[in-house]
Amino acid sequence: MLDQAPPLRPKSGATDNERVIKLALLAVGGQGGGVLADWIVDVAERNGYVAQSTSVAGVAQRTGATIYYVEMARHTGRLPVFALSPSQGDVDILIAAELMEAGRAIIRGFVTPDRTTLITSSHRIAAVSEKVEPGDGRASSSKVHATAEAAAKRFVAFDMEKIASDNGSMISASLLGALAGSDALPFTRESYEQAIGAGGRGVKASLAAFGAAFDRARGAAAAASPKPAEPAIVESALGAGQLRGPQNLVQGWQALAARIDLMPVAVRDMALRGLRKVVDYQDIAYGRDYLDRLDKAVALDDAGHAHALSIAAAKHLANALCYDDMIRVADLKTRSTRDQRVRKEVGAKAGSILQVTEYFHPRIEEFCGTLPAGLGSYIENRPRLAGFLDRRINRGRRVRTDSFAGFAMLWFIGGLRRWRRSLLRHKVEMAHVERWYALALSHAREDYALAVEILNCRRLIKGYSDTHVRAQSKFDRVLSALDLLKGRDDAADWIRRLREAALKDEKGDMLDGALRTVATLGSVPAN
Amino acid sequence: MAERSFAKEVEKLRLGAGEEFAGEGILAITKALLQCGVGYVGGYQGAPISHLMDVLADAQDILGELGVHFEASASEATATAMLAASVHYPIRGAATFKSTVGTNVASDALANLASGGVTGGALIIVGEDYGEGSSIMQERSHAFAMKSQVWLLDPRPNLPSIVKAVEDGFELSEISNTPVMLQVRIRCCHVHGHFIAKDNKRPPMTVADALSAPRRDTGRIVLPPASFLHEKEKVAKRWPAAVDFIRKNKINEFFGSDHGSVGIVMQGGMYNSVIRALQRLGLADTYGETDVPLYVLNAVYPLVDDEFLSFCEGKQAVLVVEEGQPNYVEQAFAAMLHKAGRGTRLVGKEYLPMAGEYTGQVMLDGIGSFLRAEAPHLLPGEVRAPNKVGDGVDTADLINVVPGRPPGFCIGCPERPIFAATKLVEQELGKHHIASDIGCHLFSIMPPFELGATTMGYGLGPASASAFNSPNAKRRSISFVGDGGFWHNGLTSSIGNAVFNKNDGVIVIVDNFYSAATGGQDILSSRASNRTKSTKHPITEAVKGMGVKWLRHIDRTYDVGKVQDTLREALTTEEKGPKVIVASSECMLNRQRREKPLVDKAIKGGERVVKPKFGVDEDICTGDHACMRLSGCPSLSVKSLDDPLRDDPVASIDQNCVGCGNCGEVADAAVLCPSFYRADVVHNPGRWDRFLESARRAVIGMMQRRRESRRLVFADA
Repeated sequence: MLDQAPPLRPKSGATDNERVIKLALLAVGGQGGGVLADWIVDVAERNGYVAQSTSVAGVAQRTGATIYYVEMARHTGRLPVFALSPSQGDVDILIAAELMEAGRAIIRGFVTPDRTTLITSSHRIAAVSEKVEPGDGRASSSKVHATAEAAAKRFVAFDMEKIASDNGSMISASLLGALAGSDALPFTRESYEQAIGAGGRGVKASLAAFGAAFDRARGAAAAASPKPAEPAIVESALGAGQLRGPQNLVQGWQALAARIDLMPVAVRDMALRGLRKVVDYQDIAYGRDYLDRLDKAVALDDAGHAHALSIAAAKHLANALCYDDMIRVADLKTRSTRDQRVRKEVGAKAGSILQVTEYFHPRIEEFCGTLPAGLGSYIENRPRLAGFLDRRINRGRRVRTDSFAGFAMLWFIGGLRRWRRSLLRHKVEMAHVERWYALALSHAREDYALAVEILNCRRLIKGYSDTHVRAQSKFDRVLSALDLLKGRDDAADWIRRLREAALKDEKGDMLDGALRTVATLGSVPAN
Repeated sequence: MAERSFAKEVEKLRLGAGEEFAGEGILAITKALLQCGVGYVGGYQGAPISHLMDVLADAQDILGELGVHFEASASEATATAMLAASVHYPIRGAATFKSTVGTNVASDALANLASGGVTGGALIIVGEDYGEGSSIMQERSHAFAMKSQVWLLDPRPNLPSIVKAVEDGFELSEISNTPVMLQVRIRCCHVHGHFIAKDNKRPPMTVADALSAPRRDTGRIVLPPASFLHEKEKVAKRWPAAVDFIRKNKINEFFGSDHGSVGIVMQGGMYNSVIRALQRLGLADTYGETDVPLYVLNAVYPLVDDEFLSFCEGKQAVLVVEEGQPNYVEQAFAAMLHKAGRGTRLVGKEYLPMAGEYTGQVMLDGIGSFLRAEAPHLLPGEVRAPNKVGDGVDTADLINVVPGRPPGFCIGCPERPIFAATKLVEQELGKHHIASDIGCHLFSIMPPFELGATTMGYGLGPASASAFNSPNAKRRSISFVGDGGFWHNGLTSSIGNAVFNKNDGVIVIVDNFYSAATGGQDILSSRASNRTKSTKHPITEAVKGMGVKWLRHIDRTYDVGKVQDTLREALTTEEKGPKVIVASSECMLNRQRREKPLVDKAIKGGERVVKPKFGVDEDICTGDHACMRLSGCPSLSVKSLDDPLRDDPVASIDQNCVGCGNCGEVADAAVLCPSFYRADVVHNPGRWDRFLESARRAVIGMMQRRRESRRLVFADA
């Protein structure tokens, strides 16, 4: 007769002896989540627990988000009824093998302040959607960190991928170390290490990664999200950063550096970086040219605006003057520093030899750009001639820069640097820089913010060949809104919005949408 | 050879009576088959039972010792037709495949098998899932069971129950002369658990015995008038036999109090999540002890009327927990109660959603609200009137931050360059109608490629484009089919059909040497030699044999330029009839699995080995990410530079790069940028290598020093 409430059954987890521990593991396919799940089951069984693990390892889903689930309870002779998948608000330990997967776990309700220990690696594996944006499409890690702090009972986060690779192992090992170190499970460190040992393969490396992560988890409470580096305060550009070279060039450099010391402190860091880039790209004279232009911005500037105009000018002028032409590419690929960087990047051990193949695909445009201005434009103005030449030039070329011939060719092209100023590409680029820079400064007096935003639009210009052409057109389309916008209080905001829209997709569809909106604003000054 | 090897685990299949088996669900099922004296097994791979096929394949020696025949069937139809061996002969047979897609393919054979009936036990193990665990359309195998009158078992998801279900299934099949379907879900297939083993049984009659003493019985053949009699026999003889067996052997289970005002009926597969919900409601303990009467249907078809009616005795309301729709079980029970004139209220989809997976939360909400409404007195106070539950964390804006992470092509996948080339061709010739198929290549529908309009089934890609064949069309259709789908039925349904109907479209056969999406099982065109199967049958030969005139074979898909040119030619040639391109390169996942150990061994052994890897010159990359819009490779990603002058992250290639070449090929074919380089690392270089290297270093070093002595060199530049 169940007319009145029956004596209440002990809830799962009511008595410690019968408590079911629920552990969910979210990973990106290919991270070895299965290995980790097996280890955890093994550890549990070694400690006299019954454990059950399940997964939805779709066989082909190797790069997508995957989830593994483990339940365990102390062995009492009777078999518990375990669930086969995690439930919202009912997870004790959530392990995420990547930061955004931790975010996903929180969204799915698997992380709750009353009970969940959230253990996540703080490294990022960018999703395709984050990578394909022409600008910076990456998700905000700090937002996930902030929410996790609030959502979890305990939050353990650090870069377990790095610990794994530093120890020549996989992240599954460092995740297990973090789990053990967090003490979220009532098991000894030894039992974890025995489980790894029983696994057989790569035991030594796994144990090393496990140990490092274990100590880190013991020591570290949740590691805070990486902070952006503070801009360095450059007291004096003279002697800042070592450089070597012929005496006369060093003197030339110091003369230029001295000019930076006359600039407002706030501007110096960016100006110095810009100057280095420009001098490294061409020569001392080019650096002088850079500073002459920069001075115009500084003259118009004032501390009231924290010198935003000068800083933007210092940054974008440098990028504009260092346009990416064949000469620069060849120069960069034939430097001695590059060999070491490549060896490091591909992890080539001492004693092994490196064979480096470069992928070039020159077109008539690049060819003409590298000719004396007169000759270059002569050809460009004759489509049939240009077409004829293009058919001979326009082809993919693989160049071995570790071979005599290949290196010599690039070395020669890099050597054209000396004549760069007389080449067609330079004329074109400088004309563009003049137009843009003059346009920006012309607004500095009546609308300072707008001038800064126009300078920032330089960010849009990047890429090679077609990508570069598309970038140019985005740049022009954004600035085409100026006539409609100037005079409005929010002109600067609009240019910024347009620029951000332009960086969202390849063709600039969002930009066109934004431009249509601008068109509806009408040119009536808002004030 | 399959991606995952069970070579070690299958040794567990030798366990004898009384020993404890510990392992995965799929292994338990295989062990159960052997304990039942199965005579032959076969099937077609596909999650969640791909691994069951892999286990069987890896267990062939053990099967052989017992005289059990194993067949890696060409399709689910083949696998089901194979069960014909149990029609006249008392041999137990088992087939396994993914449902409902596999059951769709198998349904012709299934209907014939079910009509004539079986003498030996015939078991069909189907994997079916709702929600997260499923990659296919959401349908129910239950409908097939009902329409062909095949019994359907849905055991509780723990190893002892699954093993028992296999044993019961064979007996049930023999006693009622009816094939039996055993349904398992993906988490059940991969669940790690224990059970006490029995000895393996040699089949009392092997297929060899049968062949030496052939039998036939016209009465079992599906042809009038026999087929009319089959239908009568189904209802008059087989059905009652099945119901009796289920009742007598207590296939369905009762838990909890045997009296109470409410009760819950469920599919066996739902048991664990129902118990979890009751635990969270404070009505069950860790071991599933509860006061709520439970009726667990390990056999969901046929249903046992009197069993159910007696469960309803004295109950005001009964909840049916039945995942998926239509809610056949609930409807059947409702009819029983109505005809029996009972007053018990039957509810189900009122409290639980009509569609979708019954997750823990869904179950908690559904059962919770059922009990609140029908039996509040059972519930502890805090559950009856809960204080506002809510973790107090607002995740609303997090939803806009966390990016989706759909599955995609692996690192170095040979299919990536095919779709990069397709995207480039479309940039030249404009958008085309693209029909997709089933397989890894279907990931082309995802960013960054976003190619493909429909997927109509395995091997049916080109077939699904067959209507787009018009004399006044300006553009041709493009359709894709994988090698798996090609051999499954694409050869006839897609290629043959295109030839016969003079389809003018372009067909791309993606040949990666395996049935890759299901775990790298071998197929006819696999290049590897297989101990027990005949491989190395070129797709091109089969296509020619079908009468295709315009045929191109690309033997290195990473040659993006070549794929692009071939595709362009196919789309523009004057030639009529189907244009077939066979694009072949080995699945990188399987290739790495095969080669990596050998390469590492060779390097350790001091042999000369050249290992390619790609890289990006970060000061040449401008951060426009055009390369990633043509790749999506997991190892090609973005990284920030420690340089205030640079706003956008640049491309970067991580250590997992296998040097497939796609990056460089795409940069070249699409005329992107000169940032990429391929670095071939020569391990253990020979004397000549070292001589050449030192000579080159000398000259190149000299040139570099010369230039660098005449310019300013910044320490950190």
